[in-house]
This record gives sequence, structure tokens and C-alpha cells, in this order.
Amino acid sequence: MHDFTPFSGLAGGALIGLAAALLMLLTGRIAGVTGIVGGLLQADTADRSWRVAFIAGLIAAPLIAALSGAPLPRPSMNASLVVITIAGVLVGFGTRMGNGCTSGHGVCGFARLSGRSIAATIIFMLAAIATVAIARHGLGG
Amino acid sequence: MALLASFVCGLIFGAGLLISGMTDPQKVLGFLDLFGAWDATLAFVMAGAVAVAATGFAIARRRAAPAFSARFLWPDRNDIDAPLVAGAVLFGIGWGLAGICPGPALVNLAGLSLPIVVFVVAMLAGMIGQNLFGKNLWRRDAVAPRSIDTTSLPSRADG
Repeated sequence: MHDFTPFSGLAGGALIGLAAALLMLLTGRIAGVTGIVGGLLQADTADRSWRVAFIAGLIAAPLIAALSGAPLPRPSMNASLVVITIAGVLVGFGTRMGNGCTSGHGVCGFARLSGRSIAATIIFMLAAIATVAIARHGLGG
Repeated sequence: MALLASFVCGLIFGAGLLISGMTDPQKVLGFLDLFGAWDATLAFVMAGAVAVAATGFAIARRRAAPAFSARFLWPDRNDIDAPLVAGAVLFGIGWGLAGICPGPALVNLAGLSLPIVVFVVAMLAGMIGQNLFGKNLWRRDAVAPRSIDTTSLPSRADG
């Protein structure tokens, strides 16, 4: 095990689940980041304001944490900018094509016991595990 | 009120991603790296998130309407179709390459580090590309009605 932090993981996860539960109970919406952002980028979307508000909340979270002394997130990424660009395009294109990402399918879909979302989550997990295995260890291929 | 609720939910969601460590690509890659020094944390994040969300959704199912809008917009699709499978594969490859998915990417944007800004711009470009051209790749999706007011319909997207 490497940097295993089950308690902060559970606590942070519970907050993610709380946010998804509250968004449904208060506004009737699924907390899927892909759907929320992707809808904003679509010409025929009428309901833009709540999407902007949710995204503003996401970006404001580390800024508010910074007020209490936490550092702003500057994650270390080992991949080159070319690989990061390819990864970004694949993530954006793939999540829109598959109608969801880790939040919409992984959290909200599992919580609804949606077979479609559970299938999507298993598939993107396996694809990601295979990608890391090949990139780091040259396995499979 | 609905806007304030959305903002607060985004805030809580972002705090959860920060506390869980999921905004750190190395931690996410540690979970995906089954053949290396495996870090099981992401499984605990998922377990906590799904348990709380499922409880909230169960409460919502017994209510007539959400607090600040007309009705619940539950996703209405159950089929496992080719775009779902292909999209999940492409997303998984991108996620495995960078260790970042859409939620953590946006939370990390506040730090304005170059790799994150590049990732988010590329991600938005990918989303716009799929919005513009994706429908043409799958003939069955091409018949989906586009002229109907989408605000009055359940969301076709899952998340």
C-alpha cells in the first residue's frame, strides 16, 4: 500500500455523496460534472445559470479553503503537455459520448442502481487500469 | 434559491474531492495502478459517496418535487448502447493517461497550474467536438429530437 488514506477518503466521499443528494433534493438535478459542463457548451441548452453556479462552487472550494491557510491545488503531473492534451480531449469527448463520468455514472448512477451507469463505470475503470498498466509497466499491449 | 443551492452543492462537492485526495492525479493513478504500489483510497471515496447519495436519492424518491424546482429530473435511460461503451473506453484511456477526470480538473483550476489549464482546455474542446460531431458517428442517435425544449424533458444525459 502506498499513501493509503481510507478515513479522509471516506469523509471526502461522504461529502461528495451529500452534494449529490442535496442537488437532487433541492433542484431535482443529477450531480454529473460532465453533464453539467457539457450542457453549457451545447447551443440548445436553455438552463445555463444553475450549471454556472455549480461549477463556480467547484472552483470556489479550494479558494475558500485557501482563506483558512490551505495551499491552492497545484497537482504534480508527470505526463508531458502533449500527453495531457490528448488525455484531456479523450476525457472530454469520451464522457460526453458515454453521457457521464466518475460523478454522473460512478457516484449518482451506482446510487440509483442504474445498470447503464454501472456498466459504464466498470468499462471506464477497466480501460483506465489497462492504460496505467501499459503506460507504467508495459503490460498487455 | 435554486442558484444558491447549486453553488453550495458545487462547493460541498469540491470540498469532498479535496478532502478525499481525488484532486491529486498521483493518488488517482495509485488506485488505477493495480500492478504497482496500489492505493485503495478511491474505493473508500466511492463507497462513502454512493452510500450517502443513495440515502439522499431514496428520500427524494418519496417526495413529490424538489425544494426549489418543479420536478425531479431522473435520467430515463436504461439501455447499454455502443456510444456508452465506446465513450467509457475513451474516457478511461484519457483518465488513465492523466489521472484527472472532469470534477477534479475543475477544482484544480483554482491553482492555475499550466498542466491543469491545458487539460481543462483540451477537455472542453473534446466536449465541444462531441457535441458538434458525435451525433454523426452513431446513426441511431441521429434521430433524437433536437427541436423540443429540453428544459421540460427529463435529462437525456446520465450525468
